[in-house]
Amino acid sequence: MNIFDMTIHELHTALKGKQISSVEATSAMLKRIEAVEPNVGSFITVTSEQALAAAEQADQLIAQGECDLLTGIPLAIKDIFLTKGVRTTCGSRILHNFIPPYSATSWEKLRDRGAVLLGKLNQDEFAMGSSNESSAYGITRNPWDTTCIPGGSSGGSAAAVAARQAIATLGTDTGGSIRQPASHCGCVGLKPTYGRVSRYGVIAYASSLDQVGPLTRDVADCAVMLGALAGHDPKDSTSVDTPVPDYSATLSQGVKGLRIGLPKEYFIDGLDPDVQKAMDAAIDTYRRLGAEFVDISLPHTDYAVATYYLIATAEASSNLARYDGVRFGHRAEADGLLEMYTKSRSEGFGSEVKRRIMLGTYALSSGYYDAYYLKAQKVRTMIMNDFIKAFASVDVILTPVAPTPAFKIGEKINDPLQMYLSDIFTIPVNLAGTCAMSLPAGFSASGLPIGLQLIGKPFDEESILRAGYAFEQATDWHTRKAAI
Amino acid sequence: MKYQPVIGLEVHVQLLTDTKIFCGCSTKFGAEPNSQTCPVCLGLPGALPVLNKKVVEFAIKAGLSTNCSITPRSIFARKNYFYPDLPKGYQISQFEDPICQHGWLDIAVDGEQLKRIGITRIHMEEDAGKLVHGELSGPGDGSGVDLNRACTPLLEVVSEPDLRSSDEAVAYLKQLHQIVTWLGICDGNMEEGSFRCDANVSVMPVGSEVLGTRAEIKNVNSFKFVKQAIEYEIGRQIDLIEDGGTVVQETRLFDPNSGKTRSMRSKEEAHDYRYFPDPDLVPLVISEKWIEKSRRELPELPEQRQHRFMKELELPAYDAEVLTSNRSLADYFEAGVAAGGNAKSVGNWIMGEITRALNETGTVIEECPVTPEQLAALLALIDDGTISGKIAKTVFDEMWRSGKTPHTIITEQGLVQVSDSGAIEGLIDEIMAASAGQVAEYRNGKDKMFGFFVGQVMKASKGKANPAVVNELLLSKLKG
Amino acid sequence: MSITVADVEHVARLARLELSPTEKELFAGQMDAILGYVEKLKGLDTDGIVPTSHAVPMENSFREDSTCSSIGLEKALANAPDRAGSFFAVPKVIE
Repeated sequence: MNIFDMTIHELHTALKGKQISSVEATSAMLKRIEAVEPNVGSFITVTSEQALAAAEQADQLIAQGECDLLTGIPLAIKDIFLTKGVRTTCGSRILHNFIPPYSATSWEKLRDRGAVLLGKLNQDEFAMGSSNESSAYGITRNPWDTTCIPGGSSGGSAAAVAARQAIATLGTDTGGSIRQPASHCGCVGLKPTYGRVSRYGVIAYASSLDQVGPLTRDVADCAVMLGALAGHDPKDSTSVDTPVPDYSATLSQGVKGLRIGLPKEYFIDGLDPDVQKAMDAAIDTYRRLGAEFVDISLPHTDYAVATYYLIATAEASSNLARYDGVRFGHRAEADGLLEMYTKSRSEGFGSEVKRRIMLGTYALSSGYYDAYYLKAQKVRTMIMNDFIKAFASVDVILTPVAPTPAFKIGEKINDPLQMYLSDIFTIPVNLAGTCAMSLPAGFSASGLPIGLQLIGKPFDEESILRAGYAFEQATDWHTRKAAI
Repeated sequence: MKYQPVIGLEVHVQLLTDTKIFCGCSTKFGAEPNSQTCPVCLGLPGALPVLNKKVVEFAIKAGLSTNCSITPRSIFARKNYFYPDLPKGYQISQFEDPICQHGWLDIAVDGEQLKRIGITRIHMEEDAGKLVHGELSGPGDGSGVDLNRACTPLLEVVSEPDLRSSDEAVAYLKQLHQIVTWLGICDGNMEEGSFRCDANVSVMPVGSEVLGTRAEIKNVNSFKFVKQAIEYEIGRQIDLIEDGGTVVQETRLFDPNSGKTRSMRSKEEAHDYRYFPDPDLVPLVISEKWIEKSRRELPELPEQRQHRFMKELELPAYDAEVLTSNRSLADYFEAGVAAGGNAKSVGNWIMGEITRALNETGTVIEECPVTPEQLAALLALIDDGTISGKIAKTVFDEMWRSGKTPHTIITEQGLVQVSDSGAIEGLIDEIMAASAGQVAEYRNGKDKMFGFFVGQVMKASKGKANPAVVNELLLSKLKG
Repeated sequence: MSITVADVEHVARLARLELSPTEKELFAGQMDAILGYVEKLKGLDTDGIVPTSHAVPMENSFREDSTCSSIGLEKALANAPDRAGSFFAVPKVIE
């Protein structure tokens, strides 16, 4: 077996048994990255030297008998996570030269457990996009079909797992940015409940929606990663101080008697037939495993995209005000202060970012606040209430992740609204703040992966991990490998 | 036409916390530029604010001391605008639901009866950094940004437009200043900007109900300047209207050198701050229990203490007011009384000798070398006749200089008052014998001569003779 | 709903963005389409609905008033596009 094909738990066993050293594993990954990167474009920065040094340290720990589940495991993270001393761009030209003086809590947690950083992954600029086409550092291609997008905004994180350039990766999810690329690239992606994982050191897009999560080859790895990431961080006021369960411990408890909701608003006529087929097959599988299905309704689903684009862009317009060329980042040559601001920002931001800043600024501006931002916050409440009501009668909710498999590069780039609408099934979860996971559930006729979404109650990641694991045990979609 | 000025004040009170409002950087004044900064107050990507609990405690204290109601659930909002001293491109402040609302202060302007000034709101916010011009060590003629002050906690206290004259404005401001320093939540240093005031000034014809257009005057950093700036602005607006002009709503800067206000070049365009709730901070919920705890912990406020001094210690109103002008002075006074000093005497000494010595040496009461206990001991020595009031002043000066106790000084310098009638009689006899002529004059009805004899006795005793005993003995002896 | 180039210019000024004439036209059209789509929210009756700022109910997250070490002058200025001594340098600010 190739090292780069391994899961975390497989590599861990090999490291612990000293069949493989972390340096060997890391070198294998770096070689793999070099080999496939020209066809994929998952990375913005590869940190070879630091990776090998970290791997050596990990090997010393292992030699001393200290082999945590993540010790010596080569990972890569989205370039939205601040990494002390390693350039962090967030996919934007405005941060082309930014070397952070501190690291994100989420990355520190993995590093403290011995994980090895291979590099920083490509993404849509400031996590704004669903296709990874808005990165200032080139597009990322879908490893299953390089003429297609990998999804976004954590497109690099999904592509790197699918192309076996990293054992697992970290992404962020504001409106589906982990789940949609995971679905398009055939890997497992989890968006934890808002507040479950610290946002400190993660470059903010929309603060009330952003959440950090893992992308992995299988559900067991996902449980390991979530366990390492979750927990209260005193540096993030919105991180929640509730105990972190042992997610791996309950994985194999099965789904007998589990009540799974099927929201009618997600199984619409326009759904891609291949996606519909995959969902039908998944429902059959769960039935066989002993789960019960309940028809439910999330009546305000149709308002989610509109709500999301008002709230997310409003928050973004404010979050991105700090990129002003004064303390860090790109500064344009300019006469005078005002010109320095406008030129630096206009040169530094790409079109999608500018568009969202404009929309958000408009939604908050005098005379429009009540009609747009406040209205959206109220509809958000209604969407949350939909979920609360639904979860009174079900344990998890099953839906498709995206209405279609990955689309072609360039297909939606000139139609922002169409692009936004491709997130219709993932966005409501962010608005409701709850957790959801995407897992491989089949392929389209043209061989593109299709993902299944399991939505859980707030802070009940255990149930969706358990349901996901049961599905994975009964299917082999997650073992398929992109031929890249 | 006669005009009525209408004034409202917005006061920024810098809080005396050790660290900033949303990060752990020190708030110490005067450090090297940008040395007290971290990712949060630099506004680096990914950094998040966490609220300093002490700021909330201070805000509650300020609210309770100004008769505000404390908002049970208040939130932070972002005020969005671009400026180089504002690292995040927004200021974290409170907009809807500030922590304190609907308060008031009663002010007194000389000779007039108390007037109630409404306090609209008190909210918490972060300060911006500092811009410097023309003093950079580097090349170029740009501006420099120092973010040490960025993220320092402020309370903004907004009054109702209830003030009708510059004197009322100053009285209100002084009272607010006294309260925040008294509470120990602000050092009150106006020069360093710890207590800053913006004044909203408008005028309207007397009897009108319709407020005139207001100008906001910034940068008024002393009580004197507040008076000057408001008076200038009132005059300017009246002149403008009388000349057929109209007042425009604008921000004006006070120039202490000329005593005038001038229009600030408007910051590019009309402000649209796009306030919205800060998603990085969670709602602040203040329970009844928390409020009650804060109320219990409040020190006795100046007004209450003044009344107590008058009622319990029978001080005259004037004394009580002076002695409660700041908390340390009042504490000193009470410590003196607690150590056994007579309230009236302790008060007199504080307002007299101690204030004089403090002023002469530029010392603050907190650093007074004579402790309240030592002062009480000194007063006890006067009361029991050990020393005279006059000698006491000499002793006090020596206490101030050396820090020695009054007993030590008196013993060392032999300053104990002589009350022994035998000894004094001896002195009187000697003096009468040496001044037969004067004795005769006195006995012939020249009463004024009595003072001469007192002086002679005191001189002979080096001031130590007990004046009461001297008087008594002289009277009987001179009678013959 | 109709977003004009003048609206775009006003918002761009607020957001400190400089847009080319082509971008202004493009954004006017796109914003118009997106805001047109968003209009659907107006059809929902939200009377009496409490707005949500945080999806997960949270309150009172504090830190104590104790000093953490600052990162220091050099690190603070390390990413500065321009500095003058201990200051971040910017073009002259006129008040």
